[in-house]
Amino acid sequence: MTTHHNSAPAHTRSLPIRQLVLTLLGWSIALIIFFPILWMVLTGFKTETAAIADPSFIFSPTLESYQAVQARSGYARFALNSVAVAFGSTLLALLIAIPSAYAMAFLPTKRTKGTLLWMLSTKMLPPVGVLVPIYLIFRDVGLLDTRTGLIIIYTLMNLPIVVWMLYTFFKDMPKDILEAGRMDGASTLQEVFFLLLPLTLPGIASTGLLSVILSWNEAFWSLNLTSSKAAPLTAYIASFSSPEGLFWAKLSAASTMAIAPILILGWMTQKQMVRGLTFGAVK
Amino acid sequence: MHSCACPAQGRRCWWFSQVFLAGIYMNRTRTSGRTVGGLRTLSLQAPAVTLLLLWMIVPLGMTIWFSFQRYNLLMPEMTGFAGLENYEYLLTDPALWSAMGTTLLLVGWVLVITVVGGTLLAVLFQQDFAVRGIARVLAISPFFVMPTVSALVWKNMMMHPSNGVLAWLAQSLGLPALDWFSSLPLTSIIIIVSWQWLPFALLILLTAMQSLDEDQVEAARMDGAGPLAIFFFITLPHLKRAISVVIMIEMIFLLTIFAEIFVTTSGGPGLATTNLAYLIYIQALLDFDVGMASAGGVIAIILANIVAIFLVRMVAKNLED
Repeated sequence: MTTHHNSAPAHTRSLPIRQLVLTLLGWSIALIIFFPILWMVLTGFKTETAAIADPSFIFSPTLESYQAVQARSGYARFALNSVAVAFGSTLLALLIAIPSAYAMAFLPTKRTKGTLLWMLSTKMLPPVGVLVPIYLIFRDVGLLDTRTGLIIIYTLMNLPIVVWMLYTFFKDMPKDILEAGRMDGASTLQEVFFLLLPLTLPGIASTGLLSVILSWNEAFWSLNLTSSKAAPLTAYIASFSSPEGLFWAKLSAASTMAIAPILILGWMTQKQMVRGLTFGAVK
Repeated sequence: MHSCACPAQGRRCWWFSQVFLAGIYMNRTRTSGRTVGGLRTLSLQAPAVTLLLLWMIVPLGMTIWFSFQRYNLLMPEMTGFAGLENYEYLLTDPALWSAMGTTLLLVGWVLVITVVGGTLLAVLFQQDFAVRGIARVLAISPFFVMPTVSALVWKNMMMHPSNGVLAWLAQSLGLPALDWFSSLPLTSIIIIVSWQWLPFALLILLTAMQSLDEDQVEAARMDGAGPLAIFFFITLPHLKRAISVVIMIEMIFLLTIFAEIFVTTSGGPGLATTNLAYLIYIQALLDFDVGMASAGGVIAIILANIVAIFLVRMVAKNLED
């Protein structure tokens, strides 16, 4: 693209100033948008007194909030719940979705597209519309405030997106390879395990990552269906909203730990994220 | 190609896919199961389809059922068929209309801010500038932050009336500090939610920008088109589809914003920031009025479905390409 611009002589002259202005503008906006996150990370390394003092970038960093968060509230327990719920639901969703996506991509019938669209339509059901029955069912079968309960909900919540993404990855795979495998006498299971899965592993991985991100950040069900035992990080952070819990440095330290892994995963999977979130409508 | 070749049929797909016609759907699948391939497809798809079908029918059916019942967990002796009582009560309750208004204001403003902002930012971040990649990554980051964290960081560290960054900024400029959540509660929520969703719009639109035909832009420039003309006659039409996708997806999520309100204002002061989702939450888990909350849930589902029909039709069209 750069060479493209340079080929037009009229632009070559204005390029440095244009570049400078664009760089300044782009970076100021990016930094303004990012500022709350940056500020939160910095506050996590301050003492509680420094955290509520006048804003300052200069301070002596301390890890005391990080230690306090673990010591006083048992941060690790909530983090463990988040990990268990996010990865548990993702594994389960992949397990259910892979056969389904395989069938849609390689054994399509007249109804494949209808099924895909129907799966998408289940995502349109607003969670608040089914809060009451889910809450009552969970209460009656003892799933309230359990990891299993959240895993079930998140699996179902992400299943349509997971099927949809896997379907697009499987469909992009050259059919000849599977054909060749079949010629060599591979059974369906062998075909799936030795050809399809290894070849589409990057796609499966990014689908899994998207599902982990969505489950990790989900806050409607986790706030309503858990209280203490199975509360993941979203619910734990929410407990800082009570007036007596206003310890900014600790809130910041806990928040930084809660979002750091997902932020990094998110940066890595931007492209696939777009594909998954828009159901392929934007490429 | 198959059942969804044109938009009109896309709509048919949507309807036939709805729960009410689930039975017909299953029948059709069974018919196709006569062929061996169909049978294999069916067995492979059975787990996913069955689970999603249950996930859809059971809670939805229960919500609809409860919405016609007298059912309050605090008053176990009051039971029985209520007819349209719950709906009648709800529809004449000023709280519902206030919540509807709040929902629409919240959705509307956030949509305007994120779509307009996202489009402009997508154009900006598409230009060549120094270390653009990192600037882009920073700008889309808020989308990956869990809602409870973003809401609390804004509430405490940004918008706090005495110790927040915004208060400090205002004072340095000689302005009075603002108590955001008591004087501008809904605006504060709108700001927080926009901060989360602007990066989403940017991410999607930036992706869409990448398929913009640079030669076409260059040709227009050669013909003397200014940047504004290029934006309005080339870029914007190119982004039209992506923008509508952003609007629909955001709408589905924004209609039931919950966590941000839960941790900041708890719906107050008064009902100022109570949207439909929060109202249902109050009725269900604080007032334990299952019947009423379910009626509210049905209303929320109807609202979401009006949006969803358009989104599904659009995706259906896309499946044909």
